[in-house]
Amino acid sequence: MPRPALRLAVEIDGDGAHPAAWRRAAHSPGELLTPRRQARVAAVAENAGFTLVTLDDSILPPGSGADPVGRIGAVERAAFVAASTSVLGVAPVLATTYAEPFHVSSQLASLDHVSAGRAAWVVGVEDDPAAARAWGRPPVEGSAARAREARDGLRVVRDLWDSWEDDAVIRSVATSRYLDRSRLHTVDFTGETYSVRGPSIVPRPPQGRPVVLAPAGLVPADLVDVALVGGATPAETGEAAAAATSGEGASPLAFAEIEVALDTPGGTARERIADLERYAPWTARPDRLRYTGPAAGLVSLLSELNGRVDGVRLRPLVLDEDLAVLSRLVLPELFVRRIAARPLPGTTLRTALGLARPLSRFTTEGAAALAREETR
Amino acid sequence: MTRTDPTDVPRPDARLHFGVFFQGVNHWTIWSDPSSGSQIDPASFLRVARTAERGLFDAFFLGDGLRLRESEGGIHELDVAGRPDSITQLSALAAATERIGLVSTSNTTFNEPGDLARRLAGLDLLSEGRAGWNVVTTHNAWTGENFRRGGFLDHADRYRRAEEFLAVARAVWNGWAEDSVAGSVEARSWSVPGAVGRVRSRGAQFDVDLTPTLPRSAQGHPVIFQAGDSGDGREFGARNADVIFSAHGTDFDDALAFAEDIRRRLRAAGRAEDALRILPGTEIVIGATEKEAEEKARWVRLSQVTPAVALGIASRLWGIDLSGRDADGPLPAEDPVVARDKGTFGTRWVEDPREVVARWRAKAGANGWSLREAVIELGPQQRGHVGTPAGLAEKFARFVRHGAVDGFNVTPYLVPDGLDDIVELLVPELQERGVYRTSYTGTTLREHLELAPAV
Repeated sequence: MPRPALRLAVEIDGDGAHPAAWRRAAHSPGELLTPRRQARVAAVAENAGFTLVTLDDSILPPGSGADPVGRIGAVERAAFVAASTSVLGVAPVLATTYAEPFHVSSQLASLDHVSAGRAAWVVGVEDDPAAARAWGRPPVEGSAARAREARDGLRVVRDLWDSWEDDAVIRSVATSRYLDRSRLHTVDFTGETYSVRGPSIVPRPPQGRPVVLAPAGLVPADLVDVALVGGATPAETGEAAAAATSGEGASPLAFAEIEVALDTPGGTARERIADLERYAPWTARPDRLRYTGPAAGLVSLLSELNGRVDGVRLRPLVLDEDLAVLSRLVLPELFVRRIAARPLPGTTLRTALGLARPLSRFTTEGAAALAREETR
Repeated sequence: MTRTDPTDVPRPDARLHFGVFFQGVNHWTIWSDPSSGSQIDPASFLRVARTAERGLFDAFFLGDGLRLRESEGGIHELDVAGRPDSITQLSALAAATERIGLVSTSNTTFNEPGDLARRLAGLDLLSEGRAGWNVVTTHNAWTGENFRRGGFLDHADRYRRAEEFLAVARAVWNGWAEDSVAGSVEARSWSVPGAVGRVRSRGAQFDVDLTPTLPRSAQGHPVIFQAGDSGDGREFGARNADVIFSAHGTDFDDALAFAEDIRRRLRAAGRAEDALRILPGTEIVIGATEKEAEEKARWVRLSQVTPAVALGIASRLWGIDLSGRDADGPLPAEDPVVARDKGTFGTRWVEDPREVVARWRAKAGANGWSLREAVIELGPQQRGHVGTPAGLAEKFARFVRHGAVDGFNVTPYLVPDGLDDIVELLVPELQERGVYRTSYTGTTLREHLELAPAV
């Protein structure tokens, strides 16, 4: 099946993808934690035509232990950004390694309400044992156990989103009932390490379920809307996307992870990287593409990826420098050449991504649809 | 009504502080009225918060409840239910308001201090020093069924946990010294070396070791609110709170007695008498004349306590399903069934039902009340003030100038426009009497409340 034009996401945590990005930021370090900064970056991303911003997070501060960098929680930033924008999707990272899935579900459902259907969730994992100590919980050790907590958390969260049917608030003056209890459902989840009863305390999100993004392979693919994939080359990335989105129980969409450092009026990408390498290394990862060079080259790379992936998540070297070039030279060219599409005002994030709004699995119809899927 | 001579009173210069409590989840919010809006649409929250800000309120409050209430073996259907996570909703409001304080009710039993303190600190920074935290506790295992931790807390431990929780939260908020962020991109590191302290706490409730992620805000850290009315709750408030959200603000003598009790406890805790603000929750019903106000109050009560709501409350009191009965008829002839308590949570009666029913019968008989009227007069009480703008302004001036209250946390019975009368009619009357601000003089919630700097 041919894929429509690319959807564009950008990671806006901190000052950029490089650990020393703050050295080249256009503001004083403390400005990072102000509301003005959050609103400004979001406005630039929205005006540029990105469909989605992602916001990395952890209970541990970024930076090394002795030199922590400040970071406001991703859900709080996302809610603030949602209220400062009107089209942009917002995707905080949340890990259920230690967090309560019930709270995570409420937070994301609420984010979907405050954004009128623009919320997404990047499923994360807390793999540093220091996170367990910060939470005050016993450590979840080993990647299998962490994957289990991610999977169970995701299941609980999705079920809680479904636990209120869309029309559960009936406001029936004649019968004096605000709710119809037959349209509210306990989730009765029982996993290996805990159980959750439900229903949610938040009515069903406008999108039904906020969009779920997760690194391919972390959690069962059928629970994920957008698999985040990568590779060392465009061909490898395309193969990873094909693997993530084909076959039974696959994720419907795959986005490629790309680190980008662009030539700017103030310095070439290489010069800027060299400048930052004086402070800290920017280690390449085998599961991410990295593009370094002029804007036109990034347009070519994305053109090459178009058709192989459904979208990309860009991780700019320095937000204050690279976002400007993306806005002025890269995204306009992508839109003109129909390599990428910008979101339409007034639509939900699901609509912008071409994803259907799911029925609650607890509705009569939802249960029937689920049964059909399972027997297919 | 005579005007109080401001020079005769203990606090002639006192100013009234208003908060607004966007309640959700109870029968005091009239959802049946045509003007009643959505309880989840962000526009409703924005409308209330902006109206309050126009009225120079100190704070906008959101409640919290971690399990849907149940009655008669199922989800309770009659009242408003379903609301957003408060910190998430308030973080959005931080972007859409300028001055008003944003107060989240968050539970110490089903949260962890490292996480919650961080979320609240984030709200505080995003709002530039306007965040507050209404500290609540829960002990029941029924709520715990929604959490991986489960229902693990003894009743007696809930304030112990809350107190330890708060101590860890304060340590997290104070973990970064003043001026701990580098002044320029040329600095040696992002945070000033040695300025960020690690928080290690090992107590009966928590074993935590973390590096805080955020510096202090414009107001230091979030303002602490507390609402518990039990002896333990009052002690906790006197030791820890900046604001007490009390249930004693309708009757002047009761309000004054409560305030004096709190001041006694403050002294005993080694704190100054004016170290905290007392803001009772109240409904305010306004009419152009006393008669119009009384009529409106009657309409409010009858809209809140519909026949079905009255029968629901009476069913829980009697322990019998009264749903088929006539609420506007006499009280049920049966005696209450005492032993019954099968899965009725969040709506449970605490007193011995036999005593309550005996009292109801006596009063209803003497006054000729129907069951519904008995529920209105004697059932769960919504505390309120009813009157004309001028009359209420005189009354509130007396309350605040005598130190019976520092203000009120207003609970609108209609959402989203239930504050309009108060802001447009009552606030100007208060301003005329010199008991209400005419503009915001500070930018932070702590400044609005005239509290000492955070420690």
